[in-house]
Amino acid sequence: MTALRNIVERRTIAVLVDNEPGVLARVIGLFSGRGYNIESLTVTEVEHEKGLSRITVVTTGTPQVLEQIKAQLDRLVPVHRVADLTQQGPNVERELALVKVAGTGDKRVEALRIAGIFDAEVVDAGLDFFIFEASHRPDKLDRFIALMKPLGMVEMSRTGVVAIARGKEGI
Amino acid sequence: MPATLKAVETTSADAAPAEAQAAAHQPTATHTGAEMVVKALVDQGVEVVFGYPGGAVLPIYDALFEQNRLQHILVRHEQAAVHAAEGYARSTGKVGCVLVTSGPGATNAVTGLTDALMDSIPVVCLTGQVPTHLIGNDAFQEADTTGITRPCTKHNYLVKSVADLPRILHEAFYVASTGRPGPVVVDLPKDVLQAKGGYVEKERVVHRSYRPQTEPDPAAIARVVDLLQGARRPMIYAGGGVINAGPEACRLLTELVHLTGAPVTNTLMGLGAVPGSDPQFLGMLGMHGTYEANLAMYSCDVMLNVGARFDDRVTGRLSDFSPNSTKIHIDIDPSSINKNVMVELPVVADAEAALRAILAEWKRRSAHTDRKALDAWWQQIEAWRGRDCLRYEQKGAVIKPQYAIQRLYELTAAVEREKGIETYITTEVGQHQMWAAQYFKFERPNRWMTSGGLGTMGYGLPAAMGVQIAHPDALVVDVAGEASILMNIQEMSTLAQYELPVKVFIVNNQWMGMVRQWQELLHGGRYSQSYSASLPDFVALAAAFGAHGIRCEKPEELDDKIREMIETPEPVIFDCCVAQEENCFPMIPSGAAHYEMLLGPDDKAAKPISEEGMVLV
Repeated sequence: MTALRNIVERRTIAVLVDNEPGVLARVIGLFSGRGYNIESLTVTEVEHEKGLSRITVVTTGTPQVLEQIKAQLDRLVPVHRVADLTQQGPNVERELALVKVAGTGDKRVEALRIAGIFDAEVVDAGLDFFIFEASHRPDKLDRFIALMKPLGMVEMSRTGVVAIARGKEGI
Repeated sequence: MPATLKAVETTSADAAPAEAQAAAHQPTATHTGAEMVVKALVDQGVEVVFGYPGGAVLPIYDALFEQNRLQHILVRHEQAAVHAAEGYARSTGKVGCVLVTSGPGATNAVTGLTDALMDSIPVVCLTGQVPTHLIGNDAFQEADTTGITRPCTKHNYLVKSVADLPRILHEAFYVASTGRPGPVVVDLPKDVLQAKGGYVEKERVVHRSYRPQTEPDPAAIARVVDLLQGARRPMIYAGGGVINAGPEACRLLTELVHLTGAPVTNTLMGLGAVPGSDPQFLGMLGMHGTYEANLAMYSCDVMLNVGARFDDRVTGRLSDFSPNSTKIHIDIDPSSINKNVMVELPVVADAEAALRAILAEWKRRSAHTDRKALDAWWQQIEAWRGRDCLRYEQKGAVIKPQYAIQRLYELTAAVEREKGIETYITTEVGQHQMWAAQYFKFERPNRWMTSGGLGTMGYGLPAAMGVQIAHPDALVVDVAGEASILMNIQEMSTLAQYELPVKVFIVNNQWMGMVRQWQELLHGGRYSQSYSASLPDFVALAAAFGAHGIRCEKPEELDDKIREMIETPEPVIFDCCVAQEENCFPMIPSGAAHYEMLLGPDDKAAKPISEEGMVLV
């Protein structure tokens, strides 16, 4: 039982907040102040008329810590709703990456070929570089990036995870 | 203009955001921001503001100057303003209010805000700020107040437009006082205070998202009664949440204690929630709690926690905390549940609502506890009580600190009995605080103000100031140590200005006593930097501040001098010179379990403190 309780899990949590100044600092400060992990964090306004933003945070911890994280988030005054997408059931996670690969010759061809396998789109290109845009589950994106590294990847930018529960129910 | 007026008429039903609503209700720009601040405070029922002026808040001081509904108490340091507001809030159940300037005014308030956050005290702190166009420019007396206070407040606001000001002010009081109470900062740039706008009545302001759950789940209440009914060794453990819920919650708790026949203990924050003289009250629990309270916590089979948070000072070593009990936890803050101790039955609710529901269910069922089992349980508890863990011997020519505090309690209680003068106690932090918690018996809630969570030396004197302002005819005593009192001694000047007859009772052992005690028990007697050197002459100090000074060095003089203190109509500094090396017992050393408690100096050799214990604070 004790052993089970100490297993570190990964969770994707969606937080609906008032889009007001300092709200992101409040959420981030909560994580750093209480020693919680942030693996990934994305935020943007989702309902302009209502002034609501959605924060998607991927975190890790023991079940007790994860429960604390949710309770602590929920008691922040501008927080409307906290949903543990991982715990609630099946969900879709996506992340977008922009990957710049420089090079010529075989490596350049191979990069384009692998990009095709991963459904990555070429958003900019020159004779000696490509910029790919890829959108996948984070682990699949990891694999794509790992393959691009030896092929001349010089820069990469990722958005962090956005997620939504499967099925017809809203948050 | 007609459009705006129309919006006013169609208010309550529409679900538009509060800002939009607030904006809609501004028919004419009639007030400056500063005037709105004063108006909002009055509308919120504020009678007293503790503050200190400065450049950024001068418009508010101007507005204060032109009215007489709000009393302003000029403190001598902003930290003291917050502690005074805390003392005011804790002794009245109202929201305490603070007004300080930008920059250093705000940063000085940080300790007080953190203190209020840790002990869940409702405080609204208004801070000045440089004008909006200068924010971020490192302007004179600029500080990132909302940034600095974000982790030490329940919530904070930077008001960027006068249109938002009335809404934010009303929201601040709502947030500070509902759910788990706490401090709220409203940062007010000077140009917003000078701009004109329309005032919005507090009734029109509804918070968008903050709706703490206060009513308990009936199914959970039924299970609480099941568990209490089936308990053979029940134990009720009540904390500051019951005090915050109000005197009615305290009355309901006492009724539940009597109905169930269960023993009850209070945390440091909860003292007064049940009458201290109640035979079922086992005293305070925790690190310096009583033997019977801690062993009953260790040995119980059903624990009902009402409004306490399983603080490390209460639980001791977690793995040995009440290992055989089924735990029920009533708390208004869901994040308190399962934070330190896993509980079987959580109840998220206001303590009063939960206690009322439990009592109703108990009476509906005509429930009763197993009398035979309970008798056996009480027999065991009486045996523990028989150890008389707070025993000490007053012998020789030196006053024992325990004796000083016990006599202070008994003589103030006598005054209360005979003359009906109510006593309120505040403390600083350290040994004297624990002795006060052990030897005072609080018959009612809101009579005991102490810095529990943060442990702020310098809390007691300003807190006593706030209490005295709320209760002008009461006897307000700050039980202090000679080291703590020097941390906010400047407030003696405030006492003089407002003729507040606070009594400062210094238990003077010339040491930072609790530090010294830990150094003795844990650090091989290396008394590094814990001696109170170069102390002032407290009697002369009292005179310098226009107060009355009393020094007492002999046990036989103590009673007369305490009476002299009580009868003095002015503020008093009482320098009580006590035995220097007395330790505070009982004590559960850090990292130890409840059953490993040390009862006195002879106990320590038998139980060396573990390595793990050494690293804890």
